[in-house]
Amino acid sequence: MTSPELMASELLRLVTAGSVDDGKSTLIGRLLYDTKQILVDQLEHIEDASRRRGYDYVDLALLTDGLRAEREQGITIDVAYRSFVTPRRRFQLADAPGHVQYTRNMVTGASTADVAVILVDARQGVIEQTRRHSYIVAMLELPHVVYTVNKMDLVGYSEERFDEIVRDLSELASQLGLHDPAMIPISALKGDNVVERNGAMPWYGGPTLLEHLESIELGRGLNVDDRRFPVQWVIRPMDDDHHDYRGYAGQVAGGTWQAGDEVVVLPSGLRTTVAAVDTAAGTLERAIPGQSVTILLADDVDVSRGDMLADPARPPIVTRELVARVCWMSERPVDERARLLVKHTTRTVPARLDEIVSVVDVATLQDRLRPGRMELNDLGVARLRLGEPLAVDPYARNRATGAFILIDEATNETVGAGMVVEAS
Amino acid sequence: MRTLSHLDALESEAIHIMREVAAERARPVLLFSGGKDSIVLLRLAEKAFRPARFPFPIMHVDTGHNFPEVIEFRDRRVAELGERLVVASVQESIDRGRVAEQTGPRASRNQLQTTTLLDAIEEHGFDAAMGGARRDEERARAKERIFSFRDDFGQWNPRAQRPELWNLYNARIRKGEHIRVFPISNWTELDVWQYVAREELELPAIYFAHERQVFRRDGMLYAASDYVERYPDEEPFVASVRFRTVGDMTCTGGVLSDARTLEDVVTEIASTRVTERGETRADDRVSEAAMEDRKRVGYF
Repeated sequence: MTSPELMASELLRLVTAGSVDDGKSTLIGRLLYDTKQILVDQLEHIEDASRRRGYDYVDLALLTDGLRAEREQGITIDVAYRSFVTPRRRFQLADAPGHVQYTRNMVTGASTADVAVILVDARQGVIEQTRRHSYIVAMLELPHVVYTVNKMDLVGYSEERFDEIVRDLSELASQLGLHDPAMIPISALKGDNVVERNGAMPWYGGPTLLEHLESIELGRGLNVDDRRFPVQWVIRPMDDDHHDYRGYAGQVAGGTWQAGDEVVVLPSGLRTTVAAVDTAAGTLERAIPGQSVTILLADDVDVSRGDMLADPARPPIVTRELVARVCWMSERPVDERARLLVKHTTRTVPARLDEIVSVVDVATLQDRLRPGRMELNDLGVARLRLGEPLAVDPYARNRATGAFILIDEATNETVGAGMVVEAS
Repeated sequence: MRTLSHLDALESEAIHIMREVAAERARPVLLFSGGKDSIVLLRLAEKAFRPARFPFPIMHVDTGHNFPEVIEFRDRRVAELGERLVVASVQESIDRGRVAEQTGPRASRNQLQTTTLLDAIEEHGFDAAMGGARRDEERARAKERIFSFRDDFGQWNPRAQRPELWNLYNARIRKGEHIRVFPISNWTELDVWQYVAREELELPAIYFAHERQVFRRDGMLYAASDYVERYPDEEPFVASVRFRTVGDMTCTGGVLSDARTLEDVVTEIASTRVTERGETRADDRVSEAAMEDRKRVGYF
């Protein structure tokens, strides 16, 4: 593995979902161990810890235990982010723990992920937790999902049992409209079909988990059709060398941008064109989604942080009313009429929760209408009225311009996540 | 379609984070240690704000026991950039009686830095301090947010972190509180070295293999210097070493190496079998929860 090869590799962000009992920590430990990411001092550390706990094997799950309270209580408190690299890809993994605050953590981890790895216990098959994870993956519009049917060693590596679970999972996936679900029989403990094949399941002809993750097509979650550029920061040097320089800095949220492109500034509606796509390293021919650049405009129009530059032929919706899916993340419940702040792209506006339309019962996937309040970890649909207009797209069309967070102005806490369903 | 390479994706993410800090906080500061991670931060700040000047000063917490090569490098780099440097001095904290100097062969000013840092943040009224910490450095770091909130006492509470969704960072704080922001949270040691190579960034000479007087302690090699008292059996000898991290001379160990160029170092890191903190930082070895304990009281 030479460094030029590594430098050209791409970044895949994944989120893992599953409870302690599903063997999620063991799976992550296995992935790290079998891809040789575990260094000598880390391995010595978990060997020691395993011995101290009286285990006669090295507990790979210990690799992901972070905080003292977690080690003492044997639980995971918070989303942990780790990296690993193979000759083909650089991986960023969000590990969302599986106890009480599960939904909140999984929504957080999934918000930045390209792919979700959902663990299913082969002995239990599809359970409420599986439905919950799948629902969140669908709601967050992840472009890829992989079900790893774990603990195959405990069901005698039975092909029949796997097929049974595949049928249930397929039904669930189509019910939720999940994109491209893959299903892989594994044993994280024994290391079957995670990185190595080991020959325990000769009837399975598909890829191992790592092979699958290495071959997933990237960029499918990005919108390349509708040009969107939320202005984050205005660069005005005001020195002699750059007297007239006025650049709009931000991260491309949709489409590809190049000199000559028509631009509408929202919410003002002013029109101009792109003069150049600039960076500190020089002018770019074009900028693609996710790229942080500086856009220079042809005309001296009034633009500041919070404005959105967009394609006038395919503009976003400028609105003061939103219908959105919401995940409530605060221990304090929220009632209808509550005042909140909405942070959407680079703009923060006051908002009022006019109506809680429904909250879903994840066990049955049935909606409960007009519940009046949302509690911690509730997933629902809400109607919001905004104090100032926002330029939004439906989240299903653009994850970057369809997402927002809710902030409690009194405590400054982030209390909710929102995804635009429709706007008027 | 074309997608960004992993370094481009990480770079764009970090630039976005720095611009959010500048836009949402009134008095940010960029912490600079002279180490490779903060050298990367300086380049990212150039990418985020040039051709304008940085919308924040650069601050160095100087223990007074730094490698002289690093201080020389710091002053030269800041002058090249034409930015403002604030030096917060641990020696001054000692002189003013804010902290007490440790004594003996195990003495280190590493712990004392925390007080100096918090005092400087308060004195200058900084409300956001950006630093080069990475999640791959240590297990407690893996759970820390990119925007990490500190109360009036500079404390981090891992149980009360804000959820961090998409690229939507909530930078709101109350008076007296401040945020630590880690723009390269998601980078690994190897990413940093690859970026240094790609951007052709200059590093202090101690990062490359060089001959120096060292002595062995706890299985690590320390630079022999006036700042560290040696036990009688700790006889110094000359070895070819390089340093993987740059901290105080009293707690930063070197590794035996012949990697004299950037390319050699990247190759060596790519095949290394020990983490950078496990190998070279005595401060993390003290207890299993060493980093977590220091972070709770306000260590960067």
